[in-house]
Amino acid sequence: MLTRVLMKGNEAFAEGAIRAGCDAYFGYPITPQTELLEYMARRMPELGRVFVQAESEIAAINMVIGAAASGARVMTSSSSPGISLKQEGISYLAGCELPAVIVNVMRGGPGLGNVAPAQGDYFQATKGGGHGVYHSIVLAPASAQEAMDLTALSFDLADRYRTPVMVLADGVVGQIMEPVVLREYEKAVDLPAKDWKAGYNSGRKKNIILSISLEPEVLEGRNKKLVEKYDLIEEREVRWKGHYLEDARLAVVAFGTSARVALTAVRMARAEGLAAGILRPITLFPFPEREIAELASRVDGLVVVEMNQGQMLEDVERVAAGKVGVRFVGRLGGMVPSPEEVLAALRGFEEAAR
Amino acid sequence: MIETAAQLVFRRPRSLSTTLTHYCPGCTHGVIHRLVAEAIDDLGLLERTVLVAPVGCAVFAYNYFEFDGVEAAHGRAPAVATGIKRVHPELFVFTYQGDGDLAAIGTAEIVHAAARGENISVVFVNNAIYGMTGGQMAPTTLVGQRTTSTPTGRELSRAGSPIRMSEMLATLDGPVYMARTSVHNPAAIRRAGAAIRRAFACQKAGLGFALVEVLSTCPTNWGLSPRDSLRWLEDKMIPHYPLGEFKMTPAAAAL
Repeated sequence: MLTRVLMKGNEAFAEGAIRAGCDAYFGYPITPQTELLEYMARRMPELGRVFVQAESEIAAINMVIGAAASGARVMTSSSSPGISLKQEGISYLAGCELPAVIVNVMRGGPGLGNVAPAQGDYFQATKGGGHGVYHSIVLAPASAQEAMDLTALSFDLADRYRTPVMVLADGVVGQIMEPVVLREYEKAVDLPAKDWKAGYNSGRKKNIILSISLEPEVLEGRNKKLVEKYDLIEEREVRWKGHYLEDARLAVVAFGTSARVALTAVRMARAEGLAAGILRPITLFPFPEREIAELASRVDGLVVVEMNQGQMLEDVERVAAGKVGVRFVGRLGGMVPSPEEVLAALRGFEEAAR
Repeated sequence: MIETAAQLVFRRPRSLSTTLTHYCPGCTHGVIHRLVAEAIDDLGLLERTVLVAPVGCAVFAYNYFEFDGVEAAHGRAPAVATGIKRVHPELFVFTYQGDGDLAAIGTAEIVHAAARGENISVVFVNNAIYGMTGGQMAPTTLVGQRTTSTPTGRELSRAGSPIRMSEMLATLDGPVYMARTSVHNPAAIRRAGAAIRRAFACQKAGLGFALVEVLSTCPTNWGLSPRDSLRWLEDKMIPHYPLGEFKMTPAAAAL
């Protein structure tokens, strides 16, 4: 029987990780994700697993590197300023091809900003973030349930592709309290063996985990291998969810909390006779390019809703390629857009058409 | 006719690979590598050792040993080692770090690994300069010492005084063993080897954090011959960095 419990998003990330067999968690307190760390602090030792409160986000991500290098399922979490500090380590994870899960509960920025919900780290998360040629897989939960489910999924994706996976949520998803179904997560049975891991080197060639290649020809080869991996991920791992898209004349594209607000706006639009729908990317990298391109070719207008100045907007515009008008609704600094603002943008298309 | 039985008195440690090193002529990294390999052989740890290599001259250290390795970002080796050791307590995990790595960019990581009493070992090679990048001031550069970033010599008023990491870390409760050694002559090398062995034995016995600082030469960036470098180490470095054991718990002493 499935158990339904009332849970905070931040706790759901943690519980999802635990249920996915996370062996070790390393973190540093920062609002608005600290409940995640506190949950791990309580549960991981009870389960005989590793919890370390690190001296900094930098140390935490490097502990993640060590644990991942020796074959563990491992996670860290933080919020925007702390995630900036982790970028060096995430670049090393990508370069060393190490699996790890990083949760970012985004807050207002730049700089210290505030502790209110935001989505200003979209560029950083989806385009690389640290130095060099790489991507992380990026998943964007919009509810406490998805916080749990997508975190659990992240461990399989990380192991399958030997890559860092970021769960990119905003402060609302971290702080919201809502019912969550506690599921059992079966680890995928076809994951590759971690025969590359460091430790226990008897009877085999030594394993070295590194990202350094001084010869440009060699590094180019490694870079190309990464790029091929990202191509494969783009081909196989796109995830998204649509509502009311079948007969839609207008469509919203939004992720996370913005998508929940936008869904309300879409229903309001439907109630007043506007054929609106919504496409919510669940993976931000890989980005649902084909689906959005297809949408762009058949609707009369797209509205992108974000809690930033228009970051995913650039990807939507790139994919829409001028086939349809794209409008933007965004709030900044920790403000959340209202359904009315989104509805107004949808109406704007209708009025322009008249 | 006299019959003689061939007796092996000297050979390459099993833990040391046959790969030629990239180190400059006269550099003492090679000697320290050998001491590390001898200690690991001696303690029977080869099959379960993981080296965490630094950024700096020893960035390719994993090429010169027969055990597994992880290449850390600059200064982060103690955090990486913590991650490995916490998930696999039965592995033998040590970091090999230079002075820039450990005493400048990685001060937070080394201090906190020591404070937590992580059951890892640290070999800290102090040659008072940044070698890999071509001879800039290190946190351990002596006052008055010329480097490419202190062309007229390190000035106390502007760059402060060189850090004595071993003494500083010995103030913490976490470490069980903390020593400074040198490799400027055979007697010193022997003592350095014994200290490294004791530090590694601490981890094997589950005692906790141990660190051995090894004063080392950099003939290339000091602008001295290998022989003069050994003299400079003895005459200039040891007065500022006294050799000795700064921390030894009774359990560490019993090893």
